[in-house]
Amino acid sequence: MQIIQFLILAAFLFCVGVYGVIVRKNSVLVLMSIELMLAGVNLNFLAFSAMLNDTAGQIFALFVIAIAAAEVGVGLALVILIFRGFGVSDFNELDEMKG
Amino acid sequence: MNLSPHDVAFGIIAAGMVIAAIGVVTTDNVMHAALFLVMVMAGSAAQYLLLAAEFVAWVQVIVYIGAVVILFLFGIMVTRAPMRATASQTNSQRFVGAITALGLFGLFAAIVVDAYEHTRFVPGDAGTTQAISSELFTDFIVPFELISLLLLGALVGAVALARKD
Repeated sequence: MQIIQFLILAAFLFCVGVYGVIVRKNSVLVLMSIELMLAGVNLNFLAFSAMLNDTAGQIFALFVIAIAAAEVGVGLALVILIFRGFGVSDFNELDEMKG
Repeated sequence: MNLSPHDVAFGIIAAGMVIAAIGVVTTDNVMHAALFLVMVMAGSAAQYLLLAAEFVAWVQVIVYIGAVVILFLFGIMVTRAPMRATASQTNSQRFVGAITALGLFGLFAAIVVDAYEHTRFVPGDAGTTQAISSELFTDFIVPFELISLLLLGALVGAVALARKD
């Protein structure tokens, strides 16, 4: 196997996630795009771990998964809070702090 | 150039992941986006298996497909996001976003092609459950304990934020 095929796929996933974070209106969809970026990063960790035959990369991937789960939990709590406070879940309509 | 079975499997899974990832960021149906995300995560788990990372692959399946996507579905339900494609979910920054993403991808691709164009490897046994557990409970024991504190903090934080009083 070539390492580059995994790295290119990971870079693609990350960039699709960046695109999603920029263009998505709905807050749940923005969180999903962040998950895509994290999946790309994880693929990089595991590809290098397999190439160098070093277990540290696997451990880092596990930590990324744990932190992603915590992030989704808190993120969705915030989204629910925003929805309850403003009645919207679109980030475009949250312009209270616009000067 | 001869293709190994690994390369063929990688190509098939990667094609599915690319289609599903683009689906996550382009579909106007929030439910479909969540299901596309399941496809991406399942594809990632399959790629981890190709990299002989068995433990992380199954953690990925259990945590992402089993827990995170379910949380997303609850989020969609609670915030009454449009289940049908009623309105566009993409804002007016589409071209800026596309240029940013394409530029970033070009940069990443150029860097990794430059650095690792001819590097070939065969996955070793670094990803076995035994190797991970012996490393996790010796060298990484402090971060492992810290992550449990972080998860506890996230649990309490999520409850404190989302409950009504």
